[in-house]
Amino acid sequence: MKTVRLTQQGIVFTIFILLFAGFAVFLPGFFTADNMLTLLQNVAVLGILGLAMALVVIGRGIDLSLIAVLAVPTGLLLQLVQDGDSFSHALLMAALLTFAFGLFNGWLIAYAEVPSIFATLATGLFLAGLGQTALFKLDVVQWSPGLAGFEKLGQGALFGIPMPIVMFAGACLVVAAFLRRTRYGAFIYAIGDNPFAARASGLPTRPLIVLQYVLASLIGLMAGLVLAASVNSMPTRIYNSTMIYDVILVVVLGGIGLAGGRGGVLNVVIGTLLIGTMLNGMTILDMSYSAQNLVKGVVLLAAVITDSFLNPRNEETAQQGDI
Amino acid sequence: MIMFNARRWLIRAAAAATVVGVSLAPAFAQKGLDEPFQAPFKKALEGKTVGYVPVAMNFDLTEGWFAVLKRQLEPYGVKVVVRDPNWSTNAGAQAVTTLISEKPAAIVVHNPDVQTYAKLLQRAEKEGIFVIQINMGSAYRTTGFVGANWIEIGERDTEAVVNSCKGKSNKIAIVQGALSAAASAYTLKGVENVLAKHPEIKVVSSQAADWDAAKAKAITQTVLKQNPDLCGIVGFWDGMDIGTAAAVKEAGLTGKVFVATSGGGEQKGACDLVKSGAFDLDLSYDVPTQGTDMAALIKWLLSSGMKPGTVKGSDYTTLIPITKANADIDGTCWKLERLKQ
Repeated sequence: MKTVRLTQQGIVFTIFILLFAGFAVFLPGFFTADNMLTLLQNVAVLGILGLAMALVVIGRGIDLSLIAVLAVPTGLLLQLVQDGDSFSHALLMAALLTFAFGLFNGWLIAYAEVPSIFATLATGLFLAGLGQTALFKLDVVQWSPGLAGFEKLGQGALFGIPMPIVMFAGACLVVAAFLRRTRYGAFIYAIGDNPFAARASGLPTRPLIVLQYVLASLIGLMAGLVLAASVNSMPTRIYNSTMIYDVILVVVLGGIGLAGGRGGVLNVVIGTLLIGTMLNGMTILDMSYSAQNLVKGVVLLAAVITDSFLNPRNEETAQQGDI
Repeated sequence: MIMFNARRWLIRAAAAATVVGVSLAPAFAQKGLDEPFQAPFKKALEGKTVGYVPVAMNFDLTEGWFAVLKRQLEPYGVKVVVRDPNWSTNAGAQAVTTLISEKPAAIVVHNPDVQTYAKLLQRAEKEGIFVIQINMGSAYRTTGFVGANWIEIGERDTEAVVNSCKGKSNKIAIVQGALSAAASAYTLKGVENVLAKHPEIKVVSSQAADWDAAKAKAITQTVLKQNPDLCGIVGFWDGMDIGTAAAVKEAGLTGKVFVATSGGGEQKGACDLVKSGAFDLDLSYDVPTQGTDMAALIKWLLSSGMKPGTVKGSDYTTLIPITKANADIDGTCWKLERLKQ
């Protein structure tokens, strides 16, 4: 007899299909091309961040500083242009700050051997504090005329597809290619699966970990640019929000185990689609904020409980760091 | 008879006044007259401390109030100290508690909600500290409240939207702030007051965007796709409604969908956005005016020698509606850099 093994990814995908079909049948105005684009556009930034998080989680780490990376370098860019700097110079400064920050994160984790959850928690707070005290005048950095043209990144459309979706799709392709088609991608899976074996077999694990965090930071910057261009300002206070949990939710819900070494871009896409469908459907239904939270919680619980029934934890293969 | 007497008396008085005036005038010119109240006023203010607890610094409203308080009070020797809880209600309650033990002359508080600080504010006034609440009031009324009347804001924004909907679809959307914030709930009440009088208006969406521009944009985009004939949106804060306006613009509906909102009236956050067509109406509770009102209230209270809590009153800010008509005029909005100079 053949047993059907449902993975977390499969469960979430099923929930997504059920929800989607339900909305499509019972909710007029949901299953239209326009609304599908809106749905995707609204979760594109979350999806891009999910890719950054996935990259790190696959290598058995976690990056809690992603929201700070989303907010601060982009805020710096807007602030510099507001103060009269040229756009290209400001962009370069933002990219340098992001790069340096990623290096610092990676160094702390790979060389100073600080656990990633504590290292990035602290560096994220540091970066947010730096932005608040030294870089910005106000929490919301406003648009200025020097940025003309840049808003196309978040508001324009390419062949009728809104730019944020194009950016998300692009980021998906690049990350997927990196993970599946390059040696470094394979190394990251190896490190995530068993860091000691990876090192014993001669992989340069420390530089590779640094690489992960630098890439994650740069993807975070990209998400920040899309967000700022999309809302015509950078509300840097976003690092006080619970957005980082949404990012982790996308990754975990999609089926990338926090133990590392498993999952890929497809998982992020599925997690993002599920969140997007829920948010969009509930907005059309004009459900109250509290009811929306309730539904989100119930769906998440359902996914997690089903998973633990169908895929019980195996004490022999359970790894330290499993959450 | 009486008239005659009165006339004679007047003539006499005038003559007497002339004599007295002539004899006293040189004396006045040489010797100044002491104004009896200014010295006690100065003494009452000198060396006093005013504590300031906003929900967070680093945004236009709270930075503006702080700048004005300092500018108005420091020349009189009043120290203005800020305790920044950075959006944490707990840290704010702690800040108020420590301030009470430090015994400043007055505390200016910006409440995160109606309950958290209520007991603390009562205690502060019992201990002899004047409490002035700014913009977001607590359930406990203290000596002074300076701030926007949120119900009025909700009513006026909604009236403007309803007016713009005449002859159109009569479909409107509401983008609320955070559910826990009193300012948002009060504004919603104002909206309801007006809608009760206009049964023809249909609210197609009324959702909370948590003061977050990105969420406001996502909600508005979805709503506009479902209702492309929407005629107006009531937003609850201009800082958040940048997102609302961005969604309207992206849908190519700027000018067709009336966007009404409210805020502190800072140049970049209000006037510039009205000029660009993002907002059709931005009700401003002009932060410099609010700051000056608070400073005046503190000066008056300290010089009165009154016991805190014996009188309680409110000073609702007169709103400035910012539209295309006045957004260009210098002085409609204010600039933070200029306030800080």
